[in-house]
Amino acid sequence: MSWSGGPHGAPEPGAVGLAARVRAGEVRAADVAEETLERVGRRDGELHCFNVVTADAMRSAAAAVDRLVASGADPGPLAGVPVAVKDNLCTRGVPTTCSSKMLEHWVPPYDATVVTRLVAAGALVVGKTNLDEFAMGSSTENSAFGPTRNPWDTSRVPGGSSGGSAAAVAADLAPLALGSDTGGSIRQPAALCGVVGIKPTYGLVSRYGLVAFASSLDQVGPFAATVADAALVLEVIAGHDEMDSTSLDRPVEGLLDATGSGAGGLRVGVVADFLADASADCASAVRAAAEVLAGAGAAVEEVALPELLHGLSAYYLIAPAEASSNLARYDGVRYGLRVDGDDVEQMNARTRAAGFGPEVRRRIMLGTYVLSAGYYDAYYAQAQRVRTLVARTFARAYERFDVLLAPTTPSVAFPLGAKTADPLEMYLADLFTIPSNLAGHPAMSVPFALDPQGLPVGVQVLAPALGEVAMLRAAGVLEAGAAPGARGPVASRSEAGR
Amino acid sequence: MSTGPAPAGAGRASADFEVVVGLEVHCELSTATKLFCGCPNRFGSEPNTQVCPVCLGLPGALPVLNRRAVELAVRVGRALHCEIRPSTFHRKNYFYPDMPKDFQISQYDEPIDVDGYLELPSGRRIGIERAHIEEDTGKTTHLGGGGRIHGADRSLVDYNRAGVPLVEIVSRPDMRSADEARAYVAELRAILVASGASDGRMEEGSLRVDANVSVRRTGSDAFGTRCEVKNLNSLRSLGRAIEHEQARQVALLEAGERVVQETRHWNEDEGRTSSMRSKEEANDYRYFPEPDLVPLAPDGAFVAAATAGLGLMPAERRARLATTVHGPDAAVAASTLDQITTVVDLGLDDLVVEVVERGADARLALARAANEAAQSPEDARRLDPGAFCRLLELEAGGSLSSTQAKSVLAEMLAAGGEPDAIARRLGYEALGSEALESAIDAVVAAHPDAWARYAAGEDKVAQLLTGQVMKATKGRANGKAVAAALAARRG
Repeated sequence: MSWSGGPHGAPEPGAVGLAARVRAGEVRAADVAEETLERVGRRDGELHCFNVVTADAMRSAAAAVDRLVASGADPGPLAGVPVAVKDNLCTRGVPTTCSSKMLEHWVPPYDATVVTRLVAAGALVVGKTNLDEFAMGSSTENSAFGPTRNPWDTSRVPGGSSGGSAAAVAADLAPLALGSDTGGSIRQPAALCGVVGIKPTYGLVSRYGLVAFASSLDQVGPFAATVADAALVLEVIAGHDEMDSTSLDRPVEGLLDATGSGAGGLRVGVVADFLADASADCASAVRAAAEVLAGAGAAVEEVALPELLHGLSAYYLIAPAEASSNLARYDGVRYGLRVDGDDVEQMNARTRAAGFGPEVRRRIMLGTYVLSAGYYDAYYAQAQRVRTLVARTFARAYERFDVLLAPTTPSVAFPLGAKTADPLEMYLADLFTIPSNLAGHPAMSVPFALDPQGLPVGVQVLAPALGEVAMLRAAGVLEAGAAPGARGPVASRSEAGR
Repeated sequence: MSTGPAPAGAGRASADFEVVVGLEVHCELSTATKLFCGCPNRFGSEPNTQVCPVCLGLPGALPVLNRRAVELAVRVGRALHCEIRPSTFHRKNYFYPDMPKDFQISQYDEPIDVDGYLELPSGRRIGIERAHIEEDTGKTTHLGGGGRIHGADRSLVDYNRAGVPLVEIVSRPDMRSADEARAYVAELRAILVASGASDGRMEEGSLRVDANVSVRRTGSDAFGTRCEVKNLNSLRSLGRAIEHEQARQVALLEAGERVVQETRHWNEDEGRTSSMRSKEEANDYRYFPEPDLVPLAPDGAFVAAATAGLGLMPAERRARLATTVHGPDAAVAASTLDQITTVVDLGLDDLVVEVVERGADARLALARAANEAAQSPEDARRLDPGAFCRLLELEAGGSLSSTQAKSVLAEMLAAGGEPDAIARRLGYEALGSEALESAIDAVVAAHPDAWARYAAGEDKVAQLLTGQVMKATKGRANGKAVAAALAARRG
C-alpha cells in the first residue's frame, strides 16, 4: 500500500485518497502507522529527516482514528494520514528543539495551533523534522544535530530551513509535512526535493506555537507530494486563531477545488528579472511552465519587476533584527540550556555562546547592530522602506496579473558543504522567495522539471494577499503538465544503486 | 560622583535655586487578567502560580491584547484631559532575569494618551506629556549581597507579576517643590482610583514613582541637568528624595562642580541617593515595532463606550463643592480649601452637596463633614443624607448645641439612626423656657457678684454665667439660648 498512488491503483492518489479510504474503513489507520514507522526506520538513519519519531503517540492516534471509524463517527478530512512536523512547531510533551542545543531538552507544555488542527482532522504525527537551527539557513546544514540529506542524491542538501520536512515527503516517509517559511524555507527545499510547498498569505495560518524567527515574516505551510494534498492541509490548518493577533479573520474556502479547476482566463506574469538570475535549467523550466499555462488558456506575458531583487538585502536586515529580539529569551534563566557563571550576565553570555550555532550568533549580532542607536535609520528603517517598495511593486503587477510565475530557486540542490563557507552565497538561495515574505503574499513551489543530472527543478507561483485560489489553479495545471518523474517520492540514488 | 553623606543644608534649598521635578508614575491597571494572556491579574498569590506560556515567554507563545486594559487606558487619558490617539506597540530590548522574553512590550513614539494636564488642589496645572500602556515585569528577590543583584548569592524570580498591565504616566517638568510633587502623586492616585483604572495601593506596588530632578538658578528658563531617582515607595520617600537631590545638586553647583546626568537609587534608611548608572552606561533599548501585535486605533464608539460612566474627577468635585459652599466664582479661603480637599479625598462631597441641596447650611455641612465625619470616613460614606441633613438643621436652628450635635453625629456614624431619636436618648431635648429661666434664677442667686458685673455691662462675664447654667442643666441647655436669655434679663 502506498499513499502516492501505488500498486493497488487507488481511485485517488495521495493523502486525499488515503484519508478517503481510511474514512470508508477500507484501510486501517493502524496499518498506515506501522508501515510508516517501518519505512522511517529503514530510511531515516541515512537521510536524518527526523529529530524524533513519536512512534507510540502515532500508534495511539491511529487506534483512536480506527475506533472513530468503527463507531461510525467522522475522524476528519486527514483521517489516518501521517504528517511530519517541523521541529520548530510546539508539540505538547514532545521535545521541540529547533535543531538547537539551546532547546535540545525542552518539552513544550502546549501544542501549536496548527498541530492541534491537524490532530483534530485525524492526521497522525510521525515525529519532528530537522531544520536549520531556529530556521536560519537554506540547506539544513545549520542543524546542531547534523544535516538532512536530499533523497534524490544523498550527497546533496535538501534545501532549508525546512529540509527535514521536504526530504521526508520526497522520500515517502510521510505524505504530508508542515514547515515554516520566513524567506523561502518551505518553497526552496520543496523545489530542491521535488515536492509541493506552500507559503500561505501572512496571517492565514496561525503562528501560535511556531517558535519565532522573524515574526513579521514567519508563516506555517504544508509540504505534500501533490498540489491537492497541499491544498487539503492548508484548508485544515488555515483560519482565524484568537491566540495570534496577526491571524486573519476570513473564511478559507475552495482551496482543494481550485487545484482542479484549470487556468482558463488566468492572467499570468512571468517575472523576467528572476529568469536572468537563475541557472539555465531553472529559467528554462519557468519558460516551459509558461507554455503549459498558456496552453491551458491562461494569458501569459513577461513583466519586468527589478525592484523585487532589492528584497534580499532588506530581508537580511529585518529578519535578523526581529530574530535578535525573539531569541533574547534564551538566556538560561527559565528553560533550555544553562551554563553557570559567576553572575547572571556571565551565565547569560556563557549559555548563549554554548547554545547557539555560528549562523544564529551571526544573525543575532547583525540584528542587534541594525537596531542600535545611531544605526536604526540607516539600516532597519531603510530596510522597511525597501519592504514597502517591494509591496508596491507587487501591487502594480497585480493590477495586471492574477498570479506571477518565477523560478523558486537560482539552482538545483547543491552538494553538502558547497556553500557553508560563504554565508552570502547561501543567502542568495532565497533571492526569488524573499519578496513574497516581505509583502505577506502567498507563493508556492511546484515540481516541474528534471535537470540533466536528474535533479528536480521547481517553479514558483506567486499571488497577491489571499490569492490562494488563483495560485492553486495555476499550480494544478503546472502539476498536470510537469515532466514525467519530476516529483517525489523518490528512492534515493544511493539506495536505488544498491 | 559623590555618594557621600548628604551635604550640609540638606532639605533646605538655597534661595538662589529652584528645583524642577517631572514624575513618571507606573500604575497597575485593575483588570481581571493580564495584558497579553488570560492569567489572573492578582496580587499576593504563591510565586509562579499565575503564569502560562504567554506571560512566561515560552518559545512560540504570542501576545493578545487585553481589551479591558485599553479601555482603562482610555479612561485614564480622558480623566487627564489627554488626546486619545491611534497607537502602536514596540519592543524595549534588554536582558534582565525578571523579564521573561528579555524584552518589554511597551508603547514608544506613538502612545495612546498624549498632551493632557492634572489640576492640583492649589489650582496649579501640571502638564501630562503622555500616558502609555506596557507590561509589568516579574519580581526578583536577591538573597545575600545586600538585596541588590550584584553580589547576590542567589536570585529567585516570581513571574506572577510578569505581563500585568501598566500605564506609565509621564508628567512635564512642571513641579517646583517636593510638596508639589507629593500633591501631584496624591492627586493622580485619586484620579486613577476615581476612573476605575487602579486600586491605588502604593504599598502593594500598584503605583510606582520615578522622579526626574534638576535645579536651576531662580529666574532662569533653561533646565539644569537632571537625575532620575528610583526606588520611591511612598509619598514620604518621594518628598525626602527630592529634597535630598535638590540639596545635593545645589551644593555641587555652589561648589563650582556640575551635575552628571544619571540614574540614582534612593536609600530610605540612609536618607540619600546614590549613583546606579550614568548616561553612558544606560541601556540601548533597540526599540522597534512589535510585529506580533497590530496597531491600536480606538474609534469614537470605542472611546465613548470606554469612557461611559466616567464620573467626576477630584478637581471637578472640588470645584463643584466650592461652588456649593461659596456660590460661583467666589474666592475660596485657604482653610475652606483644606476642608474641601479633605471632603473630596474622603469621598464625602456627594453627601455635602446633597444636604446643601436639601437646604442644610453649607458651611456647617462642610465643617461637620471635614472634621467629625472625616474621623470615620467609611461610616460617613454610609450616612443617610436625610438624617445628616436633619442633624444640621437641629444644630443650625439652636435645638442642639454644637457639642451635642457632634455627639449625635458620632452616634449616627457608629450605629446609624435618626438624629431626633438619638438626641432624645442622650437627653439632649432642649429645655423648656420655664426650666431654663428657673435655672438662670438659681445661678443668679448663687453668683450675685458676677451677675452685678454682667448687669453693669461687663460682657465677658456672660461666659462664666452661661457655663454655670450649662452645669446646672447638665449640658441640656443650648448655649445660644442661654446667652439670649441672659441678655434679655439684663434688659
